[in-house]
Amino acid sequence: MSFLPLADVEINNETQPFWDALHNNTLLLPHCTSCTSVVWYPRAHCPVCFSTELQWEEMSGRGTIYSYSIVAKGNGRWKESGPYVVAYVELAEGPRILTNIVGVAPSEVHINMPVHAVFDTGDDGRVLLRFTAAS
Amino acid sequence: MSVRGKAFIAGAYEHPLRTIPNRTVQQVHAEVAAGALADAGLSFSDVDAYFCAGDAPGFGALSMAEYLGLQLTHIDNTETGGSSYLLHVQHAAEAIAAGHCHVALITLAGLPRSSGAGIGGAGRFGSAPEVSFENFFGLSIVAGYAMAARRHMYEFGTTSEQLAEIKVAAASHAQHNPNAFLQNAVTVEEVLQSKMVADPLHMLDCCVVTDGGGALVVVSPEVARKLSRQSVPVLGTGFAAKHVNNGRIDLTHTGAVVSGPRAFAEAGLSPRDIRYASIYDSFTITVLATLEDLGFCEKGKGGEFVSNGALQAPFGKLPFNTDGGGLCNNHPSNRGGITKVIEAVRQLRNEAHPAVQVPNCQFALAHGTGGNLATRMGSATLILGQEV
Ligand SMILES: [Zn+2]
Repeated sequence: MSFLPLADVEINNETQPFWDALHNNTLLLPHCTSCTSVVWYPRAHCPVCFSTELQWEEMSGRGTIYSYSIVAKGNGRWKESGPYVVAYVELAEGPRILTNIVGVAPSEVHINMPVHAVFDTGDDGRVLLRFTAAS
Repeated sequence: MSVRGKAFIAGAYEHPLRTIPNRTVQQVHAEVAAGALADAGLSFSDVDAYFCAGDAPGFGALSMAEYLGLQLTHIDNTETGGSSYLLHVQHAAEAIAAGHCHVALITLAGLPRSSGAGIGGAGRFGSAPEVSFENFFGLSIVAGYAMAARRHMYEFGTTSEQLAEIKVAAASHAQHNPNAFLQNAVTVEEVLQSKMVADPLHMLDCCVVTDGGGALVVVSPEVARKLSRQSVPVLGTGFAAKHVNNGRIDLTHTGAVVSGPRAFAEAGLSPRDIRYASIYDSFTITVLATLEDLGFCEKGKGGEFVSNGALQAPFGKLPFNTDGGGLCNNHPSNRGGITKVIEAVRQLRNEAHPAVQVPNCQFALAHGTGGNLATRMGSATLILGQEV
């Protein structure tokens, strides 16, 4: 989808369902059955009430931009990627998550812009959650 | 237990160089340690406690104690990024008050300039649980602070011109520091015309990348009394760990909202008592948000506050970073915390450059911000006074 680098993320028993779901174009996050918090980032307990009674729940994939920066030139594998947009997207379900805004000119990006999830998948099967302008 | 008046900064030393080729990191730690001990009128054999953070090589304080040849009854490796060294002063004061030690040595050293590191450094992420959810989106250190600046602009109408005023004030002070990495005055226009690194932050909104280091010696009242050198009492300390809070991060606040009031309460003082402030200045936005959170102005009014010469020494409302700060003078090891304390000590001893010495500087504040405004940070506030 985008031309930004994918990465070898570290997957563990706490986060495996999140990454498996991304491969199926689905955004799953843990939901606390005790205090109803949606947990970000995924982990085995709720950091709000410390319950371990969590359930994986599908998110809408919709959100708005909370803040962003247009990076002129990145470091390392991102050296040739600029200018690109790093952003915090506030999901409709609450969490503000770090991501990239893709498929839209950086100059068009603004705070409060409605966005939706993009499951950015490489030929090698690696996948990252990014966002693009909501249509 | 309050540490107020129970510990004194008796020695402070900043490495004079900003590029140090052909030396090891531990060697620079040893050089600044020797400098601070000499400043205090003490020697390595007097030290019974040693404090260092993530910039120290190997097994932290244990490796360094052995390398330096120290015989210790107390050590501390507390790592909170650039605020570590301010928190070390708090921890040293607590340890001294508890009777664990009498002479505490704190060192910082690093060689990012000679090793070719960028602004903010590479970071030490390892396999932290957040890594796979943050580190693969091209989030440079600058981009994180840029997002904080963007949100501050959105919520409060802060402008790039106002951020630039912070650099202008730091640069005007750096002109008087012959060791400063950048010694030229700059204008608001020059800041705005410098290269955009991560929108809305320009190159001149960013701190310098320098080799170097610094050290402090914190001692008990009994030791301080025996020394001929003027020492600086620790009056108030505060710390807060702020993080993304289950994905509900607020980018406009720093941990100073918590650490500041705690330090003021311990010191029995308020922001209007402070005559000089060393404010951590990794980026201009770091200063703006911190000034608001420490209560030097209303939240959201930082832009207005810095625009009317408030930060200019010696006669501004709140002279800041009179050494030129991290923006111009020195940001050794990509973390400037210890230099914040060192310049506050200079001001309280009446030993800052005469052009920037604040008259009757009775109370000073030093604040460190370690980590990233966009994710997690350790915020440490110190309030220091004059010996009576
Ligand atoms: Zn819960």
